[in-house]
Amino acid sequence: MNSLITAAVLLALLGLAYQLGWSKSRRLETAGAKLHSRPSYHGYLTVVWALAPALVILLFWLLFSDRITQSYILSLLPPDVAALTGADLFSAIRRVRDIASGFGVAGETQPWENAAGQSLREFNALTFAIVTAAAAGAGALAMLWARSRIAPRFRARNEFEGVVRVLLIACSGVAILTTAGIIASLLAESIRFFSFISPIDFFFGTSWSPGFSTTGNEAHGEYGMIPLVWGTLMIAAIAMLVSLPIGLMTAVYLSQYAAPRLRDTVKPVIEILAGIPTIVYGFFALVTVGPFFSNVGALIGLDIRATSAFTAGVVMGIMIIPFISSLSDDILRQVPRAMRDGSLGLGATKSETIRQVILPAALPGIVGAFLLAVSRAIGETMIVVLAAGNSPYLRFNPFEPVSTVTVTIVKQLTGDTDFASPQSLVAFALGLTLFVMTLILNVVALQIVRRYREQYE
Amino acid sequence: MTDLSTSETKPETIPMHMTSGSAIIESSELGKGKTVRTPDKENRPVRVKARDVSVFYGPKQALFDVSIDIPAKAVTAFIGPSGCGKSTFLRCLNRMNDTIEGCRVTGQIELDGSDIHDRDLDVVELRARVGMVFQKPNPFPKSIFENVAYGPKIHGLARSKSELEGIVESSLRRASLWEEVKDRLHEPGTGLSGGQQQRLCIARAIAVSPEVILMDEPCSALDPIATAKIEELIDELKQNFTIVIVTHSMQQAARVSQRTAFFHLGNLVEEGPTDTIFTSPKEKRTQDYITGRFG
Repeated sequence: MNSLITAAVLLALLGLAYQLGWSKSRRLETAGAKLHSRPSYHGYLTVVWALAPALVILLFWLLFSDRITQSYILSLLPPDVAALTGADLFSAIRRVRDIASGFGVAGETQPWENAAGQSLREFNALTFAIVTAAAAGAGALAMLWARSRIAPRFRARNEFEGVVRVLLIACSGVAILTTAGIIASLLAESIRFFSFISPIDFFFGTSWSPGFSTTGNEAHGEYGMIPLVWGTLMIAAIAMLVSLPIGLMTAVYLSQYAAPRLRDTVKPVIEILAGIPTIVYGFFALVTVGPFFSNVGALIGLDIRATSAFTAGVVMGIMIIPFISSLSDDILRQVPRAMRDGSLGLGATKSETIRQVILPAALPGIVGAFLLAVSRAIGETMIVVLAAGNSPYLRFNPFEPVSTVTVTIVKQLTGDTDFASPQSLVAFALGLTLFVMTLILNVVALQIVRRYREQYE
Repeated sequence: MTDLSTSETKPETIPMHMTSGSAIIESSELGKGKTVRTPDKENRPVRVKARDVSVFYGPKQALFDVSIDIPAKAVTAFIGPSGCGKSTFLRCLNRMNDTIEGCRVTGQIELDGSDIHDRDLDVVELRARVGMVFQKPNPFPKSIFENVAYGPKIHGLARSKSELEGIVESSLRRASLWEEVKDRLHEPGTGLSGGQQQRLCIARAIAVSPEVILMDEPCSALDPIATAKIEELIDELKQNFTIVIVTHSMQQAARVSQRTAFFHLGNLVEEGPTDTIFTSPKEKRTQDYITGRFG
């Protein structure tokens, strides 16, 4: 409700601001002055000026309101309650807040709690009114100032373009800051993990048996990640062996042979494969594909386990087909028609042209698509959780169960977790490893794709 | 083509490139100067014979009943304003229109007396006999050597590596590119200049020893100096090949061709010896076009 009122006030302010800026510059124009910028730019700029101070004030309120309210509640608490620490103090504050918001609390309420809740409610209403008034007042002042600046030679257009630029930079900044934040937190937690376990044991150890955090921190267990990385790579390799030929052939068919009408139908249908949630693939692998492979294996005298690297890899490969086919199709269609005509004009057949001219010309792009698909395969979790057997031993037979980095992260973070123990912290080290692996693949892939684009544009 | 006539045309063709701005009148004067030589008098055999060729793109007809005889070992130029159907007709001659979705060709086209739409004649074989050079140079993303060796390889023309190298060298020589690229045969063909790339494409077409070479505005993406080189090359190539060239430039048609066909709005308006077309066209539309009144 409160935020709705704020939004309404802001909106009304903005409409007014635009009108003010526009009408003043419009009047100047009709009075015969030659304006540097069109009236709409003056309007927009006034809006920006009205909005900026209000937003800054609201942002500060967002950042600090919680702390201010907290200290206000503390001042309301009786001395014996305020002297509490940790969870007890936290729950006392929680109760006061819930009474103030009308959310309600369990059990009997103390008189001081009710009084504190009442004061908090009044305090909240007051601060909200102050903040809204401050924001509106600052906005209005800035708006009037912006309006007073409007003159025929005032470069509103240039200034507004500058604002747009800043806005765009801020938006891209969000993505970058988020990435930086994730990396920082991964790094910090990983460093904590490495204070328990030496990085050499982690990166080069071949045995994975972390034990349980409840058995005490003294028995740390073994954290060699080689079996996990090996399992990840084996499953990714099987997935690529399945998806690359099928995806590429599909792409060649779609881009070179299929009639446009057929292509327009088939391509979306294939892309539906990419839209199926991976957990669905997972139980599909567990319930249908795994037992099927196991039966086939028994028939030909091969011992294939129902949950194995092979099962997970094949199903993951099927999931990745649309990535490869869709990306490669786009890339193959970008190969200039002149190239195709040149080959056909020399009397090459369609398949000769595709094999010897079109595929080589599209190769960098296809490699890029391939690497993107690999990084997707490495990061994939749900299929592997269900279908790979979750057995973190170093095994080279793809028909036996394995475990992967992602599965292990899931395993280490489900159930009771204590973030002071290496059993949980190892998830961050594994996550960091995974992140670095996919990052390198993505960077290489994008580099290759970019180089390819430059060649033909 | 005798040596005498080549030496007749050359001193006049070369200064022509330099004065391309005012060249329309000069080109008709050029025509007057060499009226003695007409292809009819030399009595060349007909290599390609087209009768009532029409082309449809979906429901739209792009070419209307074109009939023409293209003589062997001479250059025939197709001229006309944009969209007049000259490129469309050119692409009929090696059935490149087959590769365009929704394109339909009717009528009869004969190469050395046999129908190119005949079921016994494979389109692959046809395109080996009727090579093509495109508007924009389109070397494959391969080395210079591989570009030229591509055709001979797919048609199995060379039995050994040295034979293949021989074909590549002679093709590059005939395309007058050998001297410029002989030291970097294994560098990518896309690294050459535009004019060199186009000569590479010509070498690539020559390498499969076609009878006819179709050129679709081969100089439109090139600067005047590269254009001059290609025109010189065309003049030499006509001793061994039948060349059909589509061009936007009437000066170019006058410089390099022995016969000219004028297309307008999908019709073949007039066709005859280049000199005649440029000096005394029968049709008013031809007259208007070559004097620059429309187009």
